[in-house]
Amino acid sequence: MEAKTAPRSSLLRPERIQRFLAFGGLIALIVVFSLASQYFLKPDNIGGIFLATAVNGVLALGVTFVIINGGIDLSVGTVMTFSAVMTAQFITIWQMPVPVGILAGLLTGALCGLANGLMVTKMKVPPFVATLGMLYITKGLSLVVSQLKPIYFNDTPIFNQVAMGSVLGDLARVVIGVFDPSNPMVLEPLANPTIVDPIKNIVLVFFGAAIIAAFILGKTILGRYTFAMGSNVEATRLSGVNVDRWQTAIYTLCGLFAGLAGVIIGARLNSAQPALGAGYELDAIAAAVIGGTSLSGGEGSILGTVIGAFVISVLANGLRILSVPQEWQIVVTGTILVLAVYLDRRRKK
Amino acid sequence: MKSKNLFVVVSLLLVVAMIAGCQPAAAPATQAPAQPPAQPPATTAKPYIPVISKGFQHQFWQAVKAGSEKAAKELNVDITFEGPETEAMVDKQVEMFQTALDKKPAAICLAAVDSKAFIPLLEKAKAAGIPVIGFDSGVDSDIPVATAATDNIAAAAAAADKMAELIGGSGEVAIIAHDQTSRTGIDRVKGFTDQIKAKYPNITIVDTQYGGGDQLKSTDIAKTVIGAHPNLKGYFGANEGSIIGVLNAAKELNMGGKLTIIGYDSGKQQKDAIRSGFQAGAITQDPIGIGYKCVEAAVKAMKGEKLDKNIDTGFKWYDKTNIDDPEIVAVLYD
Repeated sequence: MEAKTAPRSSLLRPERIQRFLAFGGLIALIVVFSLASQYFLKPDNIGGIFLATAVNGVLALGVTFVIINGGIDLSVGTVMTFSAVMTAQFITIWQMPVPVGILAGLLTGALCGLANGLMVTKMKVPPFVATLGMLYITKGLSLVVSQLKPIYFNDTPIFNQVAMGSVLGDLARVVIGVFDPSNPMVLEPLANPTIVDPIKNIVLVFFGAAIIAAFILGKTILGRYTFAMGSNVEATRLSGVNVDRWQTAIYTLCGLFAGLAGVIIGARLNSAQPALGAGYELDAIAAAVIGGTSLSGGEGSILGTVIGAFVISVLANGLRILSVPQEWQIVVTGTILVLAVYLDRRRKK
Repeated sequence: MKSKNLFVVVSLLLVVAMIAGCQPAAAPATQAPAQPPAQPPATTAKPYIPVISKGFQHQFWQAVKAGSEKAAKELNVDITFEGPETEAMVDKQVEMFQTALDKKPAAICLAAVDSKAFIPLLEKAKAAGIPVIGFDSGVDSDIPVATAATDNIAAAAAAADKMAELIGGSGEVAIIAHDQTSRTGIDRVKGFTDQIKAKYPNITIVDTQYGGGDQLKSTDIAKTVIGAHPNLKGYFGANEGSIIGVLNAAKELNMGGKLTIIGYDSGKQQKDAIRSGFQAGAITQDPIGIGYKCVEAAVKAMKGEKLDKNIDTGFKWYDKTNIDDPEIVAVLYD
């Protein structure tokens, strides 16, 4: 397993092949759905798929780090909700400026991640248990802080408008010379719609986050240690790396992404919904696994995870468009998940 | 090593402090349901009636709770209000019912999440001589002495009539509901679908999907369905989370005015949309009345008074013309 010890150099490292598998699968799904329904490739529907991927995709980015590191984070869904609630608490209840609220949401996520990391490294609680505990804690705290009520961003419409506006659409209008400065971000139904309007700003945030995640995983020492600890944590420790500190950093990073997902879901729903979030961690883990991240650690990639997240949302969207009953949609998703891991195993033999 | 431990403690304290800072000290009512059932207050000789709901974290259940507390105060009884976290947790609710029985209450109010799972426990209650009052949705048993509930089939049929009227009696409509397993989910979809099929042959229901009451999932579903059916004229959402999904989707697709949206229950987001005309209207139940009437019936049953088997708590149609009428305001919640 030379690829494991030198994960960043070889072009033929295993997760690349897995990524081709996942990518091929994604293309196949798109082709099938496009042939089956004339509505699948419409700009609005494509925009809908991107939006549906954004929250799960951002969660999956953070989870990818933790899984490559050999751990697991079950708390990302409820940490996301808690972050959304804290953002709303700052903006709506305490009437702080929107950027402060966004920062508070990100910080909440990071602090929850930090607590996860400390539980795992200092208190030696297994990751599964530590983050399961955090799942319950943040689920309860969301309800306590919000006092069981959704908190709305109605006093600060700019939050939702910026998130759901389309900079790409504005750029396109500037390029073709029909941009109306009095109506940026598509606030009103359009006089000059462009084909990229359905690509909303939160989708760009997701892609931005993915690029940053890919950079951290591929080009920084944190990324290198993530793979090294996932392959062999003892060897990494013996080579003088402060394993505890780096693992804590990885959980904190995962929490930060969950916080970002919280800000995104809050902006999209124009509210923090305290009862939502449990179950989202499973979709995030599924995205990472379909994208070739190995649950035994040491393998995975951000591009793979992004593709995995799209496989899940394209599948859900396409089956819905074809009016496949929902119970069967769930069965199909499960089958694809097992199939992806099975192909992964076969390849390794 | 010492400094590291200190670091751990300080960070944990910071987290706790941050959390504590967000919460005004006194909010006992909101925390109670997460605990095991509160001890029946033993100080007074007031009769004790546990109210076991389907949930506690949705606004609807908070309104039911407010109604039951009002009745408890007026009729001089003690109640506790609790429910499982999600409507799928049959086992948790069974446990709550069992615990409540063990405390030998004067009566029990129950909104069963599963209409069959409770039959053995109801037998037990009957044997112990403890009257059970159903609320919100019935159980498949004649042991409950009365059930205070909305007739969801009739209410959803009324929504179908409104839909037909507003879209001019023909065209494509879609349904989104919370689930296909609970009584309310089944009845509302059935009430709407059957009414359309029976009375409006020119209207077709092109899709019925389920979003679990999750606002984000419901948004993505509604968006897909609207995209796949460009001739869609109307959308019916069978509970609050579902209709919020339709509203978000219609907003994201700039469908204002092009789609007739009819919802269920209330909540701030839905009320705002109805006021602005973005949503045509909604069916509201009377959650406060449901809570009030079940406790009232329990008190009557406890005293041995005769009760009607079915206590219809009613429903009302509301839109922007009557949303501020006192009788509507009284049954809406934020």
